[in-house]
Order: sequence, then C-alpha cells, then structure tokens
Amino acid sequence: MSAASTVNPPVVFTQDELGWVSWIDPLPEAELTERHFAGLVDRSRAKSEYFRLLVRDPEVLEARTKTDKDIFYNTADGLPRAERELAAAATSRYNGCIYCASVHARFASTYSKRRDDVQRLLDEGIKADLGERWNAVVKASVALAATPIAFGPDNIDELRRAGLDDAEIVDVINGASFFNWANRLMLSLGEPTK
Amino acid sequence: MSTKDIIDTLAGIEPGSALDAIRARRLQARDNAQKSYLSLFEPIDASEVSLVERAAVAVFVAGLHGESPVSAFYRAKLAASAERAVLIEAIEAEIERGKTSGPYGAFPVGPLSTENKAGLIYRVSADRKPVLGARLSAALEHAHLLVFRPRDAASADMKVLLGAGWSNTGIVTLSQLVAFLSFQLRVVAGLRTLGASLGRPASAAANA
Repeated sequence: MSAASTVNPPVVFTQDELGWVSWIDPLPEAELTERHFAGLVDRSRAKSEYFRLLVRDPEVLEARTKTDKDIFYNTADGLPRAERELAAAATSRYNGCIYCASVHARFASTYSKRRDDVQRLLDEGIKADLGERWNAVVKASVALAATPIAFGPDNIDELRRAGLDDAEIVDVINGASFFNWANRLMLSLGEPTK
Repeated sequence: MSTKDIIDTLAGIEPGSALDAIRARRLQARDNAQKSYLSLFEPIDASEVSLVERAAVAVFVAGLHGESPVSAFYRAKLAASAERAVLIEAIEAEIERGKTSGPYGAFPVGPLSTENKAGLIYRVSADRKPVLGARLSAALEHAHLLVFRPRDAASADMKVLLGAGWSNTGIVTLSQLVAFLSFQLRVVAGLRTLGASLGRPASAAANA
C-alpha cells in the first residue's frame, strides 16, 4: 500500500504533468512474465505503476490498450486528433478526473494549438464557450458521460451542424465513451500527485 | 472470432449497413472492445472473480443506467449462470434502491469545492446482505461508487474490498469490469442514437 501521507495531490485542473500513485500493490517489475508483457503491449509501460497494477489482469489490459490506441491514434478518415483529445478532456473534466484531464488537455493543446481555449475548459468547466464546433463536441461528451446517459438526437444534430460527418461522430462517441472507462480506473485505484 | 460482435448486436448494427462500414474503419478498436468483453465474461482465469459475480455486477451496473438492450442482455447472462433466482431478484431490488443521477461527488478540498455535488451514498440493504454475501455486497457498493461518483473514490474503499475478501487482482478485474461496462453502455447508446438518425432527412436535422 502506498503511503497516502506522502502524496501531494493537485486541487485544480491543470495541463501540467502529474504523477499517479496506486492505492493497492502493483506487480513488482521482477515478477512480470511474458503473459504480463503481452498485456502491457509496450514493454516500456512496465516502468509505470498504473500499468503494473492493471497488468494483474493482463488479458483485459491488452484488449483495453489496443482499443484505446485505435480510438485515439487512428486518424484516417475521421475526426482530427485534437478533437478526440477534446472529447477525452471534457469527459474527464465532467467526471472529475484531474489526472486524465491533465494528460488529454495537454494533447488537445498540442494538436489544436488552442491552449488558452483548452485551459478555459479546465478553469470554467464544461459550459465554457469554445466556439460552435468544440462546444458541440464537449456537449456531446458530457451528455454521454451522464448517468443515465443523456446523449440524444439533439447532440447528433449539433455535431452535424458543426460540420462533423457520421464517421467523425462515431469518433466522438468512441473517444468520449472510452474516457468513462479510463476515468473510473484512474479515479478509483489511486490518486494524482503534483 | 467465434462470437458475434457484442456492440454491433446490442446497438442493432447490421452487416453491410452504414454504421458497419464506419466501425470497420476502426477495426482494431472494434476487435479489442470485443476482446475486452470476452476477457471479462469468458476469462481464462476466473479464480479471483467468479463468473456469477461478473454477471451479477454487470446486471447491477447496466440496470443503474436504466432499461436498455444492454441491461436485458446481462440479465439473461446472469439468469444463465446463476442457479438461484433469489440472487437475481435481490440484484433487481438493489438496482431500484440505487438508481439516481450522476456524476456527483466531492473534489479535493480547494477552489473546486464549489463544484461539489451531494448525492446518494448507496449501501446494500441489510435484508439482502445474507442473500448476496459479503463479497458481492461490497462489489455492488463499489460499483455504485464508480458509476455515479467516481471522484469520491478513496484509498479507504480499497480497504473495504480487501476486508470483504477481494484480492488485489480481484479488485483490478472488478474495477475493469465496471469501467468497461461504463464504456460499452455509452458506445451502444451513442451508436443506436446515430443509427436512428440516419433515416432522417438533413432538413429535419437542421431545423431540430
């Protein structure tokens, strides 16, 4: 068990790089087998406490990692990377995952070159006015994150009016939905550190 | 893959349809969402979390999101794997007690505290604990936390699960299960909504 007393948690949403510590024991690097390395997908992830925790169930981690990579990195015929990252950041802002929001806000800034707008999403929250197209992506992401799920035909219409085609709308749905997976792991198995 | 794609099935996506073609452009994501489902519900190692526990938590999580093809699917899965009808009845009753609207919960103490939102802190009813058992009762309470107020999660919640008989590895699988279902339910809902809109004329969309 990591010592909670040593943690210095961030108390605001930020684009700074944060650390993350697990509340339960990750597997020690020395105990990783080939089955675990298959689950990690990238061998370098053995250095990460988060991935060495999730690799306790290697098959789920492997499938989750490959789902994640295709949803965010495969930008052929679809939504630009910046707006997938925006969906991830907006979902994380709404669910309250400071760690996830920091990573994906940084990516959204890098790919969009709109760092100030991304920061307004973090500072002002999901109601920040970021222009028609980004507003539609944020609103759709938030509607998907609500429980019960509030995503409806109005969200589709708004995304279309903002210029997204059906394949791009699927990318929004995938990216936002995926962060309802990621947020819950990051929020419930450990905590961010400054 | 031997099993039909579960997201396509639940979202009503037919082979050769427009959404089938769009999903085919993200084949690795589609195949691995399916593998995620299979590795959670047909695991090669169920020693840390039983198949009945997995199905029971899935019924609870899907049910908390409201009635849908997904909730019906997992209810049928639990019915097929649980020998006791009383277990299914208990989960159904707990879904009704646990239903609310999220996300809510508290942020770390500081400027974000003004955004704190109070809500139901769900606990399994004392009457049903003997039916569900300590392990599953703790799992349902943890699942409710993850579904509705994930930002409230704390290290103490890990200790509760460990105290109820969950191992470190079992906690990881349980967390993946609830988190994966949170994803799957939303992809299915999103694709269903998009699919239903494809038949509508563009002018209707513009005037909506």
